[in-house]
This record gives sequence, C-alpha cells and structure tokens, in this order.
Amino acid sequence: MLEKLKTIKSQVQEKLNSADSLDDLQRLRVKLLGRKGEMTLLLRGLKDIPTEERGKVGKIANKIKVELESLIKEKEEKIKERDLDLRLNEEKIDVTLPGLPLSIGAKHPLTQMTEEIKSIFMGMGFSVAEGPEIEADYYNFEALNIPREHPARDMQDSFYISSDIVLRTHTSPVQVRVMEELAPSLPVKIIVPGKVYRRDDDATHSPMFHQVEGLVLGERITFANLKGTLMLFAKKVFGDELEVRYRPSFFPFTEPSSEMDISCVNCKGQGCRVCSYTGWLEILGAGMVDPRVLRNGGYNPEKVTGFAFGMGVERIAMLKYGVNDLRSFFDNDKRFLSQF
Amino acid sequence: MNVSLNWLKNYVDINIDEEELAHKLTMAGVAVEGIEKVDTDHVLELDLTPNRGDCLGLINIAREISAITGSQLKIPDIKIKENHENINDYIDIEIADQNLCKRYAARLVKNVQIKPSPTWLQEALTNSGIRPVNNVVDVSNYVMLETNQPLHTFDYDLLGSKKILVRRALEQEEILTLDESKRKLDGDMLVITNGEKPVAVAGVMGGYNSEINDNTVNVLIESANFSATSVRKTSQKLGLRSDSSIRFEKGVDVNGTIFAVNRAAQLIQKLAEGEVVAGILDVYPQPITNHTIFLRAEKVNDLLGTNLSIGEMEEYLLSLDFKIEKEKNKLIVEIPTYRPDLEIEVDLIEEIARLHGYDNIAATLPEGVTTQGGLDDYQLFRKKTSTLLAKNMLEVINYSFINNNMLDKLLIPGDSHLRQVVKVANPLSEEQGVMRTLLLPSLLTNIAQNLARRNENLSFFELGSVFIPREGDLPTERLKLGAIVSGSSEVNWLKHKIDYDFFYLKGILENFLDGIGLKEYEFMTFSNPSYHPGRTAKLLIKDIEVGVLGEIHPTVLDNFDIKQAVCAFELDLDTLYELMEDKMGLETITKYPAVERDIAIVVHNDITAKQILNKIKKNGTEILQDVIVFDLYTGEQVPDEHKSLALKLKFQAFNKTLTENEVNQVVDNILNKLNELGAKLR
Repeated sequence: MLEKLKTIKSQVQEKLNSADSLDDLQRLRVKLLGRKGEMTLLLRGLKDIPTEERGKVGKIANKIKVELESLIKEKEEKIKERDLDLRLNEEKIDVTLPGLPLSIGAKHPLTQMTEEIKSIFMGMGFSVAEGPEIEADYYNFEALNIPREHPARDMQDSFYISSDIVLRTHTSPVQVRVMEELAPSLPVKIIVPGKVYRRDDDATHSPMFHQVEGLVLGERITFANLKGTLMLFAKKVFGDELEVRYRPSFFPFTEPSSEMDISCVNCKGQGCRVCSYTGWLEILGAGMVDPRVLRNGGYNPEKVTGFAFGMGVERIAMLKYGVNDLRSFFDNDKRFLSQF
Repeated sequence: MNVSLNWLKNYVDINIDEEELAHKLTMAGVAVEGIEKVDTDHVLELDLTPNRGDCLGLINIAREISAITGSQLKIPDIKIKENHENINDYIDIEIADQNLCKRYAARLVKNVQIKPSPTWLQEALTNSGIRPVNNVVDVSNYVMLETNQPLHTFDYDLLGSKKILVRRALEQEEILTLDESKRKLDGDMLVITNGEKPVAVAGVMGGYNSEINDNTVNVLIESANFSATSVRKTSQKLGLRSDSSIRFEKGVDVNGTIFAVNRAAQLIQKLAEGEVVAGILDVYPQPITNHTIFLRAEKVNDLLGTNLSIGEMEEYLLSLDFKIEKEKNKLIVEIPTYRPDLEIEVDLIEEIARLHGYDNIAATLPEGVTTQGGLDDYQLFRKKTSTLLAKNMLEVINYSFINNNMLDKLLIPGDSHLRQVVKVANPLSEEQGVMRTLLLPSLLTNIAQNLARRNENLSFFELGSVFIPREGDLPTERLKLGAIVSGSSEVNWLKHKIDYDFFYLKGILENFLDGIGLKEYEFMTFSNPSYHPGRTAKLLIKDIEVGVLGEIHPTVLDNFDIKQAVCAFELDLDTLYELMEDKMGLETITKYPAVERDIAIVVHNDITAKQILNKIKKNGTEILQDVIVFDLYTGEQVPDEHKSLALKLKFQAFNKTLTENEVNQVVDNILNKLNELGAKLR
C-alpha cells in the first residue's frame, strides 16, 4: 500500500510538472481525488488493512493526500497567475489613440463671466434683480436725473421704439424699479445683470452688450463702503496682487461719482498696448446715489444713503479671458465658443 | 482737448513736472490721457467728463491746478484804451429768441492791420491743435481757449447793415459758411443776421461773406451765449462740429462774455494796432446771478465715511475760489456761474472729496444688517437650464433684433402672431429692424455662418427674450430656450458616430426635462410652417403647448443657404417654469431583483410608438417599472407598411422577488392587449 502511495505520488508530481492548463489540473484532480480517483480508491482500501497497521498507514496516506492536494493547488495558483499575465498582455491597447469625442458643450463666455460676477456679490449678501430690456424713458432717463436735453436721449445714441419707449441703454433703470418696489425697507443690496443697447456699431462698440449694475442702500452707507466693496470684487476677479484706484468722474445719477481703475492685468502696471501705456485699466463706474434719484425711488435722502455701480461684462471678460475683439462674443463661431 | 503747458503757466505757477501734474489732475477728476512733448512745450491731452465743460478754458484748468497745488491763480489784467466814439453809433443788437440766445455782447475795433500773429500766439494755438490764420482770427481763438467763451469776429464793413438781429432761421434759408459750403437752414436753428440775411450760424460757424480777410479794416467782436441744446442739434443737423459748437454744447458761462470780449479787444488792439470804439453793446435780458449752497459738515463726513473738520472743508472750497460764509456747522457757499455743475449739497461734497483725494478715503465694508442674497427660484431654474444644455451644446448669444424678412424666410404666414413685432424706430440698419419674436432665425444664421466657415458638427443653444407688442404699454418679454443641431458627432476610429438628427435632439430635450424634474410631458405630431411636415412634434405639459421640436423645412434651409439637414427646438421657458411642480418627487428604490423580458412585435406604420407604449404601461400593472424601445426594423420579413419594434420590459416589485409565473402572466396580458392595435408577436 505504501508502495502504491509512493508510486501515485511520483506519478502525480510528474503530471503536475507537465500540466499546462487549469483543465489538465482538473483532470488530474479527478483522476486522483474524484469519486473513482486513484487516491480515493486507495483510501477506501484502508479498511482492508489489519487494524494494528491501519492507523499508521492511514496517517501516511492522509499526509500524502494533503500534500498532493496542496501541490495541485500550488500549481493551480501558478497557472492562474500565468494565464492572467497572458490575458493582460493580450488585452494591451494603444493608450495614445484618441478617446471617444463626446459632444462637449459650454456656456457662453459672457454667461460664465456674469455668473462669476454674480457669485462674488452673492457671497457678500447681494441678491439678483432684473428688469425689462425695453424700457419706459422715465426709468431709463428721467428718474435717473438724465434731463431731456441730454445727448444720450437723442435718437442718435439710443434705440427708440416710440417717443417714450426705448431699448434700455443701461441696467440702471432697474435701480429705480427696485427702489419703488422696496421703499422704504432697508437695507437694499442688489446686482442687476442684463442686456443693454446703444446705437453704436464698430470695432469697439456693439449695439447690444451686457452690464451688471449694483445698488446698496442703507442708513449709513458711505463712499468708503463703495471703495471697500468694489475693491473686494476686483481682487476676487483679477487676483489679490491687483492694485485699485478710484478717480472722480461724472454720472447724472450718482454724486460723488467715481471711475474704478485696476492695474493693467496684461503688464502689471508697467504700461503696454492694452492699457494705452498708462498702467491702468478702467473697469467700472460707481458713485453715491444722487439724492434726486433716491427721492424718485421713494427714499428720503436725508435718512438713506447708498452707492451704485455699473460695469460692462464684455470689458471684464475681455480682460479676464484675454479676448482681443469685442465682436467675437456675438459672432458665435464654434471655434471661439468651444474654448470656454 | 489739447492744452499747452507753457501757455497754462501764464495763469498759474507750476512747480511740479508734467507727469506729476497729469497724475494729480487725473486723480482730481480732470483726466489727462496723454502727454506729448512739442519742442520746449508739453501738450496735455485732457479727457473731460461732460459736467466739466468749463475746463475747455485754460483759466478754469489753471484754477483746478491752483486748487490742487496751492499755487496762486493769475487772471489776466485787462486794460483797454478806448476812443471817443460810441459803439451805439455803429451797431444795434436785437435778440428775437431769448430762449436760444441768453446774451449777446459786442465790441468794435477799428483800423486794424491784418497780418500774421506773433510767434508766441501761433505756437500757443498750434500746440493746442488750432491752425493760425491771421492776428484777428487768432486772437478770437486764443481768447476762446483761454476763457472757454467762443467768439466770432465779423468784418464790420461786409455786414451790410448796422444791425445784428439774432433770430431763428427761416425754412429753406441758406448761408454760405466759412468753409465755403452752402448750408440749408431750418426753423429750429438760430442764426445771426444783419437784419435781413444770415451772417453766421449761431455758435456753430460764421458766414463766408463777412469773414475777416486781408482787407478787413473794422472788426466786430461777438461774445454771446447760445443755448446748448440748440447748438448741439444744429451742429448735428448740419454735420458741422466746431471748437465753438463743442463749447456751447457743454455750456458756456453767461457771465463770462464781457471779460472775453474785452480780452479780445485788448489783444486785437495790441497785435493789430486797432482802435477800440468806446463802449460794449450788451443785450442780456435776464441776468443770472450766483446761487448759494448750504453745506453741512456732518453730511460731508456721513456720506464720504471721512472725519474731516469743517476748517478742512472750507479750505478745499476756498482753493477753488468760492466765496464762503461760515455758520456753526455749516458753510454757505456762493457758486460762480462758470460752475453750473454745482447745483446741490452733494455736488460740493464731491468737490471736497476729489480735492481731499479719493485715495485718502478709507475702504471699508458696509456694517450692520445685510440681506439674504442669492438667487430666487426662477433664477436658479434658468441657471440649471443653461447648465443642463451646456453639457452637450455650445451656448450662443445673438442680438435681440433681427431683419423683418427673416420671418418670410421662415415661411411664417402673414397672420401669425409671430408677425406682430416690436419695431425699432431708428435702427442702424434693416438687419436690426425689429425685435425678435422667436430665436429660430438667429440660430439658423449661426448654423449658416459656421457652415460657411467650414465649422462642422454644430450644436448650439440660446436663452433669450422675445418681445410681443402691447397696446399702450411696454412690450411683453418672454424668455425662450432655443436649440439647434446639424451634422453628427465627430468622426472617430471607434466608429461611435451619432447623427445630430431629430432623435438626437429629442434626447437632449428629454434629458433637460428630466434634469429639471419634469415627469409628465408628451410629444405630439405637429405642423409648423418652418419645420418638416412629417418630422415635427410639439411638447405638451399638462396639455399646454410649451414648444416645438423638429427638422427644419427644406425650403427654409434653402432660404438660409444651408445645404444639410438641421433640427431645432424652441420652448417658452416662462411657461415651462409656471408648469413645473414644486417638489422633485423622488422615487423609492427597491432592493428586490428585476426581471427583464424582451418582446418583438410587428404593427402597422400608422400605429405610433406612443400608442404602443401607453398600451403597455396601462396593462403592465404596478410591477412594470420601465419600457425601452431598443430596435426599430422595416424590410425583409416584415409585411409592407408595417414595422417591427423590439421592446425591453423591466419588472420589479417593492415587496418581494418576482416569480417567473407572475411575470409571464403580466407579459401575456400585455401581448393580448397589444393585439387590439393589430400588433403581432414576431
């Protein structure tokens, strides 16, 4: 019996060496350990061995069985590992081939810029107000302290629908509409994004463009607050290292009025073509709301003060994204739009 | 406005270099755009704000410099030697329209010698961008630049009368202006006449026939004040802008006329050896005096966020030459008429702020209660809309105005509501003649233009307002969402190319509707003149039409010069928003396994997918979770006018694992019911 066991063991070892696949191993396993397998039969024969030897032989037989099983298992692991290596090798691809070109969309750069501007001000507690693009000339001009003789009210500069209806020339009329709606409640903190229209069409003017307007009203709103708020905004858009300056300017609906300049984003203030060699770029107009406008909106200028500001989205987007030609925003060329 | 620095130094000492001066002026609100060196002079290019028309005169700029730097302002001293004659014997002045002419003053200088001006005068003018002509004309320009008061000089003997009548022009009246062109006038324009004929267009340009020439002996100097609006409109109508009209448009000091006319007389006397006739003619029907503004010190600091003393405020205002009376916490400031921009208290606060320096005011954030901020539901909805569409499509932004003929190109019938357009009264061109009533024409133009540039495989969307006229009110504005596709996804070696056809775009639309949480919507066959009659659907939500989806009509494509198929949809986003449910309505997820069954049926072509799907859903019981159409086949083995549809049914229960039997029963029932549509199992 022990002889037989030895023979089986050496046969199995031989076969294991020549086994080359999981199938070979399975066959070997059946032949050896299956219901009619050599080992199974042999072990079944243990009962015919005299009792005194049975224990000893049985022990050896079992040991050999366990040994063979683990040898097969070991071989199996090796083959599996080899097979996996083979498979992985076969499955190799050229990773430098291009990926599937999905149709990729994008929001328009002006939408993206407007969203960025909005989110900065919303972070400071502003909400977003909107108004009609076709506006009564009362809201567009009169209520904003722009007198009838003002050149902006000429047919020359503004698009008219009728004598008293105009395509709004700025987002400022929404200031007055919001004031009328909210007065006398305080504080007021809004920004107003939207399309505006002016009768101008050349390399640097588009008959339709976009503005974001802002209005803050309260009991103690100061020019210092205007400076602080807009400086935070500018640094958030163009970076902390940016320098900001405020120059006196003029708008009929604010007093004092100011123009905000930032150090040129192109040359960092050294002077270049972009900033006409001044080192500064004008990016928005602002000022303390004129008392006459406050009164038109239903607020008492003796008790309420506020500041307002307005900026051209195209201008900010051109500087931020490095767009050279204003007209590319309305040209809607796929090659331009797909870069944003 | 170009300003010679050397000339400016006549009126104020400047002890800083031109760069620093330019910076200081800019930061005080008189923006210097550039500095140009001309020989020993520097020319400052000023970019003035519209309220500071006064700074078109050098003395007023000098006053600014004096206020900024503290140097004393030096106003020229005028001494004139008059003869013993009386100007009234020479000329009589009448203003017929006192609204358009507030003041008219004149002096007469006799026996002048016309010759070139001395070098200093020629240089001063040249560096300021004005061509020297002769001593008399040059003096009038010099004084204009100095004082901001436009002057006109007539050859007295060529006037043809002893009368100046300022009146409105007659209709069809004509004048030959200095530039030798014949100008047609109308009743809105103001002219200077000799009592009969126009000799100058008031404030704009003089007449050719009475101009100063080499033989001129006697010079009549006009120093007048004309209405800003009238001069602006006249100059616009005539297409004629002059140094004079520019100044009148921005407003000229009505009380500066006498100084200017005297200054001119003094200089003509000096440079042309003229003899000044005694007296000034001055017609000034309604004199305007200085007004006063009360300035509260507390208000200044409250508005600016500063902590200035009343003494500092007074100092700033005194530096501008204003007369001030001081009361406890208040300054009473007399405003000279050359500063018409200063009307109310805040105007003076700005003067203090700019002289103090905006940079010297702190930058702080508002304190106290703030507002909630953020986007409202409608704004969030729109943001989500563009975010969803931008997954697959490029957003475009088009002008809100279109050419009215676009509606013809879209085959929109004459009685369609889309023809009710808001017209622009003064468009730049017909291309921008009317406000759009739909986005489709702009989107088709985008496709045509991109294809013309060989940009292929296009997929665009736009969110924009359309405008509907309303009687006696502002037009209604409604927000539309439009999308358009043409071509296919890019060619690729994986051969996963998807055509941008009806169903591609429908997929995008359905994706969007699902994305905003809309569950109940349906598409129905629809006819729309701009779209393919057999390939168009309308979108219904709760039985309300929200938009159209389809392939563009071939004739429309022809009209836009597009040579390949295009599909588009356009939705009324405002209506869609109104129909949206408040809640998302999340579905519960079951943990029991799903069972799938594929069936293939053959039906007549007239039976729509919707009919079949509805029938299945109606009979699928609560265990039917989903039906997917995964194949559509016509051809061999399918009878004529029939189609084969392959459907995947997904069953799942919420409380148990389904048995084969349960599923079979439901599927059998579905097949039976499909029989009612003439559907046969394939």
